[in-house]
Amino acid sequence: MNNKYSILIFILFASIKLNAAVLTCGNKTNCQYIQNAINAAFPFDTIEVQPGHYKQGNLLITKPLSLLANGEVILDGNFNCEIITIKSNHVFIRGFSIKNSSNLSSIDIAGIKVLACQHVTIENNKVEKCSFGIYLSNTTHCKVQNNFISGNVLSETNIGNGIHCWKADSNSIENNEVTNQRDGIYFEFVTNTTINKNFSHHNLRYGLHFMFSHSNTYTNNKFSNNGAGVAVMYSHHVTMKNNLFEYNWGASAYGLLLKEINDSEITGNIFTYNSAAIYMEGSNRVNMSRNIFSNNGWAMRIQSSCVDNIIEHNNFVGNTFDVSTNGETQLSNFNSNYWDKYEGYDLNRDGEGDIPYRPVSLFSVIVEQLPPSLLLLRSFMVYLLDKAEKIIPSLTPEYLIDNKPVIKMIELDNQPIAISNTNKE
Amino acid sequence: MMEMRKFDNKLGNRHRNQIEGSGTFASAILLKHEDPSTIKMRTSTKKYLLLRLLKYVLLDILKNRMVLFYTLFLLATSLGLFSMSGDPTKGIASLLNIVLLVSPLLSLIFSTIYFYNSYEFIELLSAQPIQRKTILYSQYWGLCISLIVALVIGLGIPLLIFAPGKAALSLLIVSCGLTMAFVSLALLAALLTRDKARGIGLSLLLWFYFTFIYDALMLMIMFAYIDYPMETLTLTMISLNPIDLARVIVLLQLDVSALMGYTGAMLQDLFSSGKGVLLASGVMLIWILAPLRLAIKLFNKRDLWKKIPEDDKHLQGFYFFYQKQFSLN
Repeated sequence: MNNKYSILIFILFASIKLNAAVLTCGNKTNCQYIQNAINAAFPFDTIEVQPGHYKQGNLLITKPLSLLANGEVILDGNFNCEIITIKSNHVFIRGFSIKNSSNLSSIDIAGIKVLACQHVTIENNKVEKCSFGIYLSNTTHCKVQNNFISGNVLSETNIGNGIHCWKADSNSIENNEVTNQRDGIYFEFVTNTTINKNFSHHNLRYGLHFMFSHSNTYTNNKFSNNGAGVAVMYSHHVTMKNNLFEYNWGASAYGLLLKEINDSEITGNIFTYNSAAIYMEGSNRVNMSRNIFSNNGWAMRIQSSCVDNIIEHNNFVGNTFDVSTNGETQLSNFNSNYWDKYEGYDLNRDGEGDIPYRPVSLFSVIVEQLPPSLLLLRSFMVYLLDKAEKIIPSLTPEYLIDNKPVIKMIELDNQPIAISNTNKE
Repeated sequence: MMEMRKFDNKLGNRHRNQIEGSGTFASAILLKHEDPSTIKMRTSTKKYLLLRLLKYVLLDILKNRMVLFYTLFLLATSLGLFSMSGDPTKGIASLLNIVLLVSPLLSLIFSTIYFYNSYEFIELLSAQPIQRKTILYSQYWGLCISLIVALVIGLGIPLLIFAPGKAALSLLIVSCGLTMAFVSLALLAALLTRDKARGIGLSLLLWFYFTFIYDALMLMIMFAYIDYPMETLTLTMISLNPIDLARVIVLLQLDVSALMGYTGAMLQDLFSSGKGVLLASGVMLIWILAPLRLAIKLFNKRDLWKKIPEDDKHLQGFYFFYQKQFSLN
């Protein structure tokens, strides 16, 4: 009996699959308007759009469909509408070149907007000069992959984010490249999402920006040359692995800004050429290990509000300042890191220095209080001050100390990740 | 009558020659008549006079061996530093410290001593129809060229081998600029006093001031005015010290990540564009030219004849007697 039912169900599904028609529409076909094809299609049909430049306003998809571009299809919003709006589950969109959405400050207008649905896949699209690039609101199990998103930066108030997720769960964002938007990737109330192999660069504000987004995993992403780097806030159980943070320069630009991030894992990342590689505020129980900090202005700025963080087995190489802090209290643990400024010795040859290393120099304390004195950097007087403080520490925080600094650079295989995005063209 | 005119002419010519600084032989030719070709010759000798003097000065400095030691010292230090620290950036940073410390010191002391030692040669030259400006320039350029050659060999070659790049280039250029500025400061110090010991003391004091005292003072002033906006003040203070200026130019290449973290908008703008380097180089040029101009002014006014030891009462009496008798001045 059971068996019979299952066969019946199988046949039913198979027939649905078989019935899924392929509709062709476009300039040289009977169906000139894509929206007409969408309206005429049955659920689970496939619509193939012929190559051409379409200025047909907004496309609203309210049923499960596959919308495929057959060649170079340009959907042009002519600066007066949103281009694709998806309000149905199981929609699949591939290969479009989406351009020129309108730009309103009252409503978030996007190149592709997905509203309250599941299992939507958006891949291989090129979104240009749209206010928001790809906008996912209240979605689960959606995939955004291999897209290239480039905005038209006018000012921070006039442009949206590249990939914007609001209230989402179990999405996957992979292999996208975002540039010239406000925030490259923006999450709010997003959980259990994987963010992998994305490249976010030259954005006006943050390369990656998330708030209240717990249990997300960020791997192999590259964030470079963003106006203010990467800022993540008010989240817990965040995993960041093998990412690259580079060239984030500015007074308030950080490779990675952690504000009230708890119980998280930051491992195997590379931070290079940032004004401040990591800035931590009110973050607790964050485990940072096997990261590479090289050629940054400040490798770490840890505010006194951070408690119980573990910073171990990292390489600190060629940074102007290793660590700076704003107060005497320091409740994070530094352990077994490699510091290129360490001048101690290792008599028993166990690979660990015999005298502890104090990563906070006197001059960094001075700079913290008096920023213009930064211009005295590397002057001989500063060198003398630092030396004197090293011999008799009195002004630098007593407990910010690495008791077992490693003598030789730790061999880490963090390689800069090559992001391949074929859609950039 | 004819004789008189000839004599007048001769005097006149000699006088003119003295002003123009041409060779003494020219006056004999000019006695007859001035034809264009001789004028041409005259100007050409004038043009090459500086170069000829420079040749003597350079050869003299080469005999001194001090520059040779300086070259070897730089070479040894930079090679040692680079082979010790594997990271070229770190090597440049340490080298920057050494260069900022040593090259002003050596330029000052060596130039001052050299100037005093060649004082007799300078007096001799002053007796010739040569402009004093030319004499001083020959000294200045002789010192500069020899010290810069030392820098290029001792610093430039290791930099080129171990850390070629913008930071290395800026370090080399900056150290050359620093050398030129401090040689002109040394000449100024040497011309401010007649006494050799005092002159050397003055140049040492200058070095100490620019290297140690100035930065400490600056930090003190900054802390005193901590509640006020300080961008212009900081920039002005940096410009008033060639060593600081040189340091900031190299920092712009070396620690740009940190400098970009600075909170001031004006400095931010200055650092991020090429403006910072341009401005700093301009101010550095002022530091090279201004003391040199002042030194030339002092040297032009200086009465070389009055160089009589103060304790030699006999000679002094002799001198004053003759001064009164013939109203020499």
